[in-house]
Amino acid sequence: MTNGWTDVANTDVVLVMGGNPAENHPVGFRFVMEARRHRNAKLVVVDPRFNRTAAVADLYVPMRSGTDIAFLGGLIHYMLERKLYQEEYVKLHTNAPFLVKEGFGFEDGYFTGWDSEKKRYEKSTWQYETDGSGFAKVDQTLENPRCVFQLLKKHYSRYTSQAVANICGCTAEEFERAAAVICSTGKPDRSGTILYALGWTQHSHSVQLIHTAAMMQLLLGNIGMPGGGVNAQRGHSNIQGATDMGAWNYLPGYLKMPGANHQTLEEYVKAFTPKPIRPNAMNYWSNTSKFMVSLLKAYYGKSATRENGFGYVNIPKAAEGADYSWGHFFDQMHNGRMEGFISFGMNPVANGPNSPKMLDALAKLKWMVVVENFETETAAFWNARKLGAKYYPNFVDPANIQTEAFLLPAACFAEKDGCFVNSSRWLQWKYAAAPPPGDAKPDQEIIARIFLRVRELYRQEGGKAPKPLLEMTWDYATPHSPSLEEVAREVNGRDLTAGKQVSGFGELKDDGSTISGNWLYSGSWTETGNQMARRGQEDPTGLGLYSNWSWSWPANRRILYNRAAENAEGKGWDPLRTPIRWDGERWTGDVPDYKKDAKPTDYGAFIMLPEGVAKLFSQDLVEGPFPEHYEPVESPVANPLHREVSSNPAAGLFHGALDKLGVSKDYPYVALTFRLTEHFHYWTKHVASGSELQSNFFVEVPEALAREKGIQGGDLVRVSSARGMVEGPALVTRRIRPLKVDGKTVYQVGIPIHWGFAGRVKGPLVNNLTPSAFDPNSGTPEYKGFLVNLEKA
Amino acid sequence: MNDSVSRRTFFRSSALRATGALTATGLGFDLRPAVAAARELKIARTTQTHSVCPYCAVGCSVVIHTLGDKARNVRPTVVHVEGDPDSPVNRGTLCSKGISLKEFIVNGERLTRPLYRAPGAAEWKPIAWDEAVDKIARRIKETRDRTFVEKDEQGRVVNRLTSVAMIGGCTDTNEINYLLGKLRYGLGIIAYENQARL
Repeated sequence: MTNGWTDVANTDVVLVMGGNPAENHPVGFRFVMEARRHRNAKLVVVDPRFNRTAAVADLYVPMRSGTDIAFLGGLIHYMLERKLYQEEYVKLHTNAPFLVKEGFGFEDGYFTGWDSEKKRYEKSTWQYETDGSGFAKVDQTLENPRCVFQLLKKHYSRYTSQAVANICGCTAEEFERAAAVICSTGKPDRSGTILYALGWTQHSHSVQLIHTAAMMQLLLGNIGMPGGGVNAQRGHSNIQGATDMGAWNYLPGYLKMPGANHQTLEEYVKAFTPKPIRPNAMNYWSNTSKFMVSLLKAYYGKSATRENGFGYVNIPKAAEGADYSWGHFFDQMHNGRMEGFISFGMNPVANGPNSPKMLDALAKLKWMVVVENFETETAAFWNARKLGAKYYPNFVDPANIQTEAFLLPAACFAEKDGCFVNSSRWLQWKYAAAPPPGDAKPDQEIIARIFLRVRELYRQEGGKAPKPLLEMTWDYATPHSPSLEEVAREVNGRDLTAGKQVSGFGELKDDGSTISGNWLYSGSWTETGNQMARRGQEDPTGLGLYSNWSWSWPANRRILYNRAAENAEGKGWDPLRTPIRWDGERWTGDVPDYKKDAKPTDYGAFIMLPEGVAKLFSQDLVEGPFPEHYEPVESPVANPLHREVSSNPAAGLFHGALDKLGVSKDYPYVALTFRLTEHFHYWTKHVASGSELQSNFFVEVPEALAREKGIQGGDLVRVSSARGMVEGPALVTRRIRPLKVDGKTVYQVGIPIHWGFAGRVKGPLVNNLTPSAFDPNSGTPEYKGFLVNLEKA
Repeated sequence: MNDSVSRRTFFRSSALRATGALTATGLGFDLRPAVAAARELKIARTTQTHSVCPYCAVGCSVVIHTLGDKARNVRPTVVHVEGDPDSPVNRGTLCSKGISLKEFIVNGERLTRPLYRAPGAAEWKPIAWDEAVDKIARRIKETRDRTFVEKDEQGRVVNRLTSVAMIGGCTDTNEINYLLGKLRYGLGIIAYENQARL
């Protein structure tokens, strides 16, 4: 979240789209209700299902799964056409005035630069026009036809209310009623927030979808504002922290993983240190070398010297263009190119897409280590033929599965200390309350034992490339089970010369005199102690910042981009909701997202970006500088905007025997997955109370479709896709309205997750159905908006 | 919790009324001892520990009550989990899942010993920790020694292991994720994903 849960109470309009907080984040949803009660805020819900959040909304608009960009693009068109955007904000805080090079364009579903052989864009036409010093040229009147603002206007001119209705399946009137409420926040003294979740992230165009949301909020002047922002309601207790700590191709703190073409630290730093694009850009990533060297120094300790590039050679380097995100590495596993697999608390058979492919992939491994609280579908994958007989009758017999499996019992959250980062970016420390049951062990001990044993083998016997392993620091007081407090102090970072904890990332250096395991968390454990464990409840600004409760990254800042909540002179757009105030010498209030004593005119408000302003037009994403509506990879219609280029041309797809995609002739209905409030993911099927409250898997079937098929509520139905099948009782409902899309009636089917072949209650894995299709920027799978057939079983 | 207090209070006060122990309050009797007794019964001897709910990312603070941790040779047991009233996020409240966290922690289905499934086997067999760790370390080393790539075809140093994948879950704390990172980079693993990205 750019803002945070408690901040939602400051808003005037809540758009909930791609999420269902009343059901899935009920405690956080209280702040929406508070805003309604105390500020008369309006709640708008746009969702394929009339869900529990919709049930208490002021306005509900139905839509077809996978068409969110069309809806948001329509909002952009609506506000530009009616001049409802916040013009002064847009000129000051976005790249709307920047000029784009001659030659940029968009035609028939493609931006300029598409290479149909390589299936990717060559981005040279997407660049800014620059002056002699290399800075982007701007036109503050926004009238130059090649400025971002005019290009934006042109791009979204196709997204009329009728076009939105035709793609999304709502009516133009329904769309416009919602648009009027949402765009009412374009005034300086009004704030609007967006709450989204996996309904937005699980598409083959999800990153562009979030980009559209950010663009919309920038145009309305809602970024940086209390009660504003783009707010991801993250679905698990520490996935925010897991992202911060580096996964996929990121090192901790969103430092990029080096590639084979970055052979030395100098090459790496050069490649990942951006140059400012405007003279007033603070361009904070110019500190990349300080963050990277402090990380290397934390990893390699005494072995890291200036002469050896601080041990940079030890960091693994992937081949150029190689992708090791979820879909790709499972595809490699499936193709027999992986031998080993280690899972610490994750269950890919249940929560990866295309479960049959996950099962098949694991069966090709030599060995697998699963560390868990319960026996999961992944741990027991080799027994799927027996445990999931109905769904995997042809899966390999255990006798023919050569995967050697280890299932190690781990402590649960209550049995270990450490920190979870919530959606608000708050690092909240927890303490161990009880020992783990039986012979279960805390994760840190399991990791340490494996690490130390492997290292010992290399010490004793030698072996291939022992250096990265032997040089990795592990100098904890109890090496076989490091104290997480000690680890947290290392993550925060230390000044080695002074022998003191650093108090923030501003103190990190690139000369090897500081360490920090994650620069973003510098300040979380300072000389004054564990900031994450703070319990202050005071709220002097009245804005719900709670700056003394726990600690939030970065720098304990509660509202990101809070400098954008003020105008050029530093005066708040809304005098009642000004997160930081300039008193002539320094900023007070929230921790400024700015230099604390720099004059309002010194820098652009977006200090991390080389532009110094936010990007309505971005060169960072792979499928275009502006988001465009593309259909899901399986769709009941061809894209009404450009039928020949229907789905995302850059989407991540695979072509193996189990990667089949269906067409609407065979699979006419749109399916989406969702969560229920009684369950948490694939865990609570192991817990009695949730399992009693929601014991059975079911399928939500629209009333009209049920009538067509002669299905009564409670009848057993079979839902099938090109990948697999699920069976369960039908819940016939009016919650999912039939939609008119491109002249055709489209039915949507809702399927809850939560069940599987392990646990107290059992049922089909919904991911038997989902496709191996991925967003090309993030590698996130398309769990929403795939095609199925539905029959009475 | 308020509900249970008021229900107990009702029973208590009925009992008090029956014995004729009326005192001068608005209701005609004094509730304070009854309320105090009800609260004492619940948490009098427990140890309270601050924690955070492991489910969604609202980040509700919880108080975990354990019993038995003051006697020798007794493992403390979680007897109650409730919302932390001090938290500005949840202000003492929890959802239907959070309120049943005790059942998640104290749960007969929890894994309590390491298990091993040999190639081709149709069942798990218990294995000692030391033996499991030895075997795992051996497998990792065998695979790594055989498939680790120090230099690519162009002779560039790449130090990578692409034949092993590693994934992390959603309740791994920051510190656990940091240690997993050290294991990952120590081994040279490139394929490293997390629940956070699905």
